[in-house]
Amino acid sequence: MNSKSKMVLAIIIFAGGWIIGSNNNVAPVITSSVGGASYGGGFQSDISVGAVPHRTTLGTVHIVNPGDSIQTAVATAQPGDTIQVMPGTYSETVYIDKDDIHLVGVIKQGNRATMDGLGKLNDAILYSGNNIIIENFRITRYKGNGIMGQAGNNFEIRNNVIVDTGIYGIFPQLGTNGLVEHNVVSGIEDAAIYIGMSDNIHVAYNEVFDSVAGIEIENSRHAIVEHNNAHHNTGGILAFVTPGLPIKTTEDVIIRNNFVLNNNTPNFGAPGSIVSGIPAGTGILVMAADDVIIEGNIISNNKTAGIIINDHSFATTITMDVESDPNSDRTMILDNVMLNNGYDTITEVTALALTELHTGLVDIVHVGPSNGSCIINRHRYRTLGIGNYGECDFTNTDSTDTYLLAGGAKPRTIDPEARGEIAYLGVCTGCHSYTGRLIGPSVKVIQAMYAGNPQGLADYINAPIKRRDNFPEMPAQNYLDAETQFAVAKYMLQVEN
Amino acid sequence: MGKLIAHNSNAGVIFCVYSLFFSVFLSAPLSLAKPFFSLSDQCPPSFSLNSDNQCQLRNLYQFYDSLQDRGLGGLKTALPEHRDGFSPQQIDLGRLLFFDPVLSGDKNLSCANCHNPALGFSDGMGRSVGAGGKVSQRSAPTLWNSAFLRVFFWDARANSLEEQAVGPLFSDHEMANTPQQLIANLSQVDAYPQLFSQAFPGSGDPLIIDNIATALSAFQSSLISLNSPYDRYAHGDANALSSAELEGLNVFRSFVARCSQCHTPPLFTNQQVAVIGTPEPTGLARDIGAAQTFNAERLRGGFKVPTLRNIARTAPYMHSGKFTTLRDAAEFYTKGRGHAVPEGETLLLHWHISDPKLTDTELDRLVDFMGALTDERFIPKIPDQVPSGLLNSKVNISLVTELGEN
Repeated sequence: MNSKSKMVLAIIIFAGGWIIGSNNNVAPVITSSVGGASYGGGFQSDISVGAVPHRTTLGTVHIVNPGDSIQTAVATAQPGDTIQVMPGTYSETVYIDKDDIHLVGVIKQGNRATMDGLGKLNDAILYSGNNIIIENFRITRYKGNGIMGQAGNNFEIRNNVIVDTGIYGIFPQLGTNGLVEHNVVSGIEDAAIYIGMSDNIHVAYNEVFDSVAGIEIENSRHAIVEHNNAHHNTGGILAFVTPGLPIKTTEDVIIRNNFVLNNNTPNFGAPGSIVSGIPAGTGILVMAADDVIIEGNIISNNKTAGIIINDHSFATTITMDVESDPNSDRTMILDNVMLNNGYDTITEVTALALTELHTGLVDIVHVGPSNGSCIINRHRYRTLGIGNYGECDFTNTDSTDTYLLAGGAKPRTIDPEARGEIAYLGVCTGCHSYTGRLIGPSVKVIQAMYAGNPQGLADYINAPIKRRDNFPEMPAQNYLDAETQFAVAKYMLQVEN
Repeated sequence: MGKLIAHNSNAGVIFCVYSLFFSVFLSAPLSLAKPFFSLSDQCPPSFSLNSDNQCQLRNLYQFYDSLQDRGLGGLKTALPEHRDGFSPQQIDLGRLLFFDPVLSGDKNLSCANCHNPALGFSDGMGRSVGAGGKVSQRSAPTLWNSAFLRVFFWDARANSLEEQAVGPLFSDHEMANTPQQLIANLSQVDAYPQLFSQAFPGSGDPLIIDNIATALSAFQSSLISLNSPYDRYAHGDANALSSAELEGLNVFRSFVARCSQCHTPPLFTNQQVAVIGTPEPTGLARDIGAAQTFNAERLRGGFKVPTLRNIARTAPYMHSGKFTTLRDAAEFYTKGRGHAVPEGETLLLHWHISDPKLTDTELDRLVDFMGALTDERFIPKIPDQVPSGLLNSKVNISLVTELGEN
């Protein structure tokens, strides 16, 4: 008998045993997770070297000393520069609306650059640029978030200590390709680390505790959460879909090799927040997320359950969204060490236990429909609601190191000619019509002045000088790069209507 | 005329006086003149004409990408997918139709009555007034940047510009026309049959409802506002916002105020339905909003998140105009979760409706920032005359005058 047919037979025996009743003493299927098939994954990545592309040339290093403003340094810095913040206390909101800035706290003999919001300031660090690194800070007493990204791609947030800071400790949102590692985050009213509406994310080696949620992967795809220690939160690690958000799915999340311990802290989330509905004592929660793999975690002493998988109908306090699939499909549970979970569970779980004649501890509970879910070595755990789980056809995720992208997420490339047309039609035509005066002189007049001299026109676009008394002064278009300025000048000189 | 108005505190009265004067004075000569109408063969500014005679939108946000191509994010993020590809003739026909009162049942109201370009393509009213002076349930949304929308109306009940366009035409509370009457009335106007032929060449009978909807959609999709001071900042001009506006931006996107979580750049709406629990005007029953559209009680009192572009131009605010100023509208969010929900009313409030405790200064800065979202550079030309000759009814005179006042 080859191994495949052995497996099939075993499944039938096991399934039969399950239907007859869990008290039947049937020999369990024991699956070795050493070697064997590995998860193919929903995403093929080809590297494992961080999220921010390596710099080939080093920019200027700006030093910020106590008493100086970090934001002033950010304003001065050019893409490619590094800002080093010396140990000391800084009370400000820093925002980075440019690309390729490394904001680095300097640690001297344990003393960190500390950002203190004094209970008054909103967020500590906001960024919108691409290729941003933020590391080595201590952040405390902000009302909003510690570190928040809005749509920046290729980010690394590392080695920060975030204590008692508002809503989220670390919250990259709407970004692609990011690494969040080696951070220590505690005392957060919502999630210590919250990955929101993002793709290709790696969250590793963080310690998150004393918060409502430890690590949340929400409406995001291709995320790996590994080697974290999530303890003493209300819920340890969460992968879910929040309905009503504009990006509708959570897919392909690997939660592996984490410690998920003692997450029994009473829920102190704000009324109405999604996490305010999490029962204290939740180890790992999967809600409406698809293709979630849970492997190699040590999950213990979570009083409601070690792993809860449910759907939106279970959560009565969240909105309705026709575009959002409410079910958790294809949950895949590989080997985990689960001890003493569900020792003081909630009434909903107790009620479900009654229907399955189950008493005592609860490691895994699945509520609601689920398509294509699987588990190996189910006999090890105290389970509820996983009767329709099949056997997984793989035993590990060893072949998937990371979902980060080689060389980073690439910016959209547009050839210069197209850039010229876009800038001309998108911007210039607001003030310049082909013939006749709009706000500035007509295009025909400009064409006559700069015939055969696109560089001259590009120079003017970059730094206009007032030439005509009866016209308003043209604002400089120096936010366009030199190549685009030249392209738009060339384009403007050849338009015919 | 402008001088007179400038000296008078009640401009509205003056408009009425002048409109009476003009409608008497001008309507007769116009009907005799029979002006010749032809449609433009050029795209509006910001559009490129391709070899298939289609206008293609160009804007600087096309330099960027967005997560899952949903057009949501931070500063240098692509916009959501948009509608374009209409011909210059369709856009221009749409413009004439938009300003022509012949579209309404009583030939008194044009689209521009409630979507007045001089008022941010809204009407300055809490609840719009339709045919026969009927007050509708909700306010008129701006049409700026509607090319980027996936859902239309406050209650998100339409999924395309075309579907939206026919709504008001045949609503009793709005233009109160019928499809048969509309076709008949347009057919009786000398210019329209040949204008429809120009805009829709090759079709046997171009004067049909679908083509009216297409032309109106074409015109609406040309209303592009993407050159505000904010946009210059987003594209990299660090000096484009004043320090007050910049402070406002940081409050706006902070996770204390959380404005940008739903009014997400670059369109300043995430196009989702949100239940925020604003009060109705005194004496008005709760508008259940999207609960009706989706037959879902959880969406009771839910409305589509509106764009904030040109928001400073479209007071009053919220779905039924409860708030007179932007300051009042912003302040609503900091007066406590559910503070305006009456007793006995159950609303499942959005999770971002929290208790941010914004300071007065922060509210002021938010208003400053929202002011930096104003850009009306591509405002379309209001036709001097419309094919029906009905342009110089009272609304259109006041419309032209107000524009002149800007």
